[in-house]
Amino acid sequence: MNPNFVNFIYLVAGVLFILGIKGLTKPKTAVRGNLLSAVGMLLAIVITFLSINNVDYTYVIAGVAVGSIVGGVMALRIQMTSMPQMVALLNGFGGGASLTIALAEYFTKLGAAPTSFADMLVPLVVDTSAFGIGAEGTFALTAIGLTVLIGAVTLTGSLVAFTKLQELMKKSYGLPGGPIGNGILVIAALFAIGSVVVDPGNMTGMLAIVGMGLLLGLFLVTPIGGADMPVVIALLNSYSGIAAALAGFILGNTVLIIAGSLVGTSGLILTQIMCVAMNRSLANVLFGKMAPGGEEIDADEIYAGKVTSAQPEEIAMMLEVAKRVVIVPGYGMAMAQAQHAVRELADAIEAKGIEVEYGIHPVAGRMPGHMNVLLAEAEVPYDKLVEMDRINPTFEDTDMVIVIGANDVTNPMARDVEGSPIYGMPILNVDKARNVVVIKRSLSPGFAGLPNPLFAMSHTLMVYGDGKKAVVEMTTALNQT
Amino acid sequence: MEVLILLLALFALSLFLGVELITKVPPTLHTPLMSGTNAVSGITLVGALLAAGTDGSPMLVNILGFIAVTFATINVVGGYLVTNRMLAMFERK
Repeated sequence: MNPNFVNFIYLVAGVLFILGIKGLTKPKTAVRGNLLSAVGMLLAIVITFLSINNVDYTYVIAGVAVGSIVGGVMALRIQMTSMPQMVALLNGFGGGASLTIALAEYFTKLGAAPTSFADMLVPLVVDTSAFGIGAEGTFALTAIGLTVLIGAVTLTGSLVAFTKLQELMKKSYGLPGGPIGNGILVIAALFAIGSVVVDPGNMTGMLAIVGMGLLLGLFLVTPIGGADMPVVIALLNSYSGIAAALAGFILGNTVLIIAGSLVGTSGLILTQIMCVAMNRSLANVLFGKMAPGGEEIDADEIYAGKVTSAQPEEIAMMLEVAKRVVIVPGYGMAMAQAQHAVRELADAIEAKGIEVEYGIHPVAGRMPGHMNVLLAEAEVPYDKLVEMDRINPTFEDTDMVIVIGANDVTNPMARDVEGSPIYGMPILNVDKARNVVVIKRSLSPGFAGLPNPLFAMSHTLMVYGDGKKAVVEMTTALNQT
Repeated sequence: MEVLILLLALFALSLFLGVELITKVPPTLHTPLMSGTNAVSGITLVGALLAAGTDGSPMLVNILGFIAVTFATINVVGGYLVTNRMLAMFERK
């Protein structure tokens, strides 16, 4: 087939991807955007199928079949609460695909793939021009090396993120030396890339890049705790895009470069948004612990004798006289699968002619936008989901805030206590409301390990117990009056 | 070399376009944005098909090609389906 025509179709596909993401800028156009993007993908794949010659189709068809079944089953069966796990896995597969493409391309150009592990240890004598003449060869080999490295990091990093999100791995492990150990590993991997660029037949070097990349992915993500996962997932999302763009350079393919850079920037921007929302630098999230808290803060001193608790029925009575209510959900709501119960409570409140909105902190949940998806699943209209900057000025006119499963993002210490580890982190100013109800199992601290003075404030009521049960009881009591 | 420069130009412009586009996506849609871009990054399927190996290429290349095609297809199929599922929930109201 005429390569110009193929490239033209790739261009059309690239434009459709761009229109697809543009559609995502509004909830109303988002479904159509996603469809446009999928059409672009179909075009690109079909034209590639038609343009390749002499291919052994058994492997291709087997791969497409297996991939379609696995992907389809995952997509249709996954629960909305588990969406972070799904995205983590997809990131990993993206990285894995780029990794294997780069390796396949390397061995193809090399002209001699090893048939056993021992073969790999014997360097091949090859002409550098196998990968292109002069600077072109150097560039091609560098691109292959970088794709292998980033692809491998994304693969294992995402798998670790998945096991953490699925709570299969609860502890945090790190490389001795922390960032220094990781730094040494990065430098060693770059050296290995250099050795392959200088001597393309050095298969041991290529093997070393793969190995170090896989290790690096493990060591980078294992030390990172649950609440920092939104940053990690966004960053790995970005890596999978960068790896795809690099694979585009290896194959000289325009649509891979366009799509890869869109994904790469998307992940980076989300990473940035998440870091700002936690008032921490990326380096601090990846390598740091939370800053030490100056003098030790004694939880008992803050809570002693000041915490008031209440029963769901009492809250229902208070709700009756409210005019405006804001619900603040957090990861605890996802854990309790309470999103439908929360929607029913909101319906019951609204039935009394009371205004209800939801205040969503950017890092609530385990990935960007996690709470919004859960509440959308429970059929909460998206215009009731209000982001932090817009909801904060309204708390002073709010009669009651119901916090369910959120902690650190409501901690007023972030605003008021200079020297506190979370000082400077933007929070939802729920304490400005006339009454605050916190639904929580106990007074245990959140991810930051800090007591929350909000719980001890005179206008705060604690409702202890399972989030879903407490919400259902409130709804029942409210409906009976 | 000319081709390389053109590819680099495309890369640079796409990065700027990406920044312009993504910053306009509202936080409500950040999760579908991530799964949707995951689907887009399944474009590596095109690369995987190209690299899957021609007739008579060594076994190792075939296996690598098979893995690449499988992974990329999971991203494409899984990514678009799950994104569609989520977005349909937002569209309902």
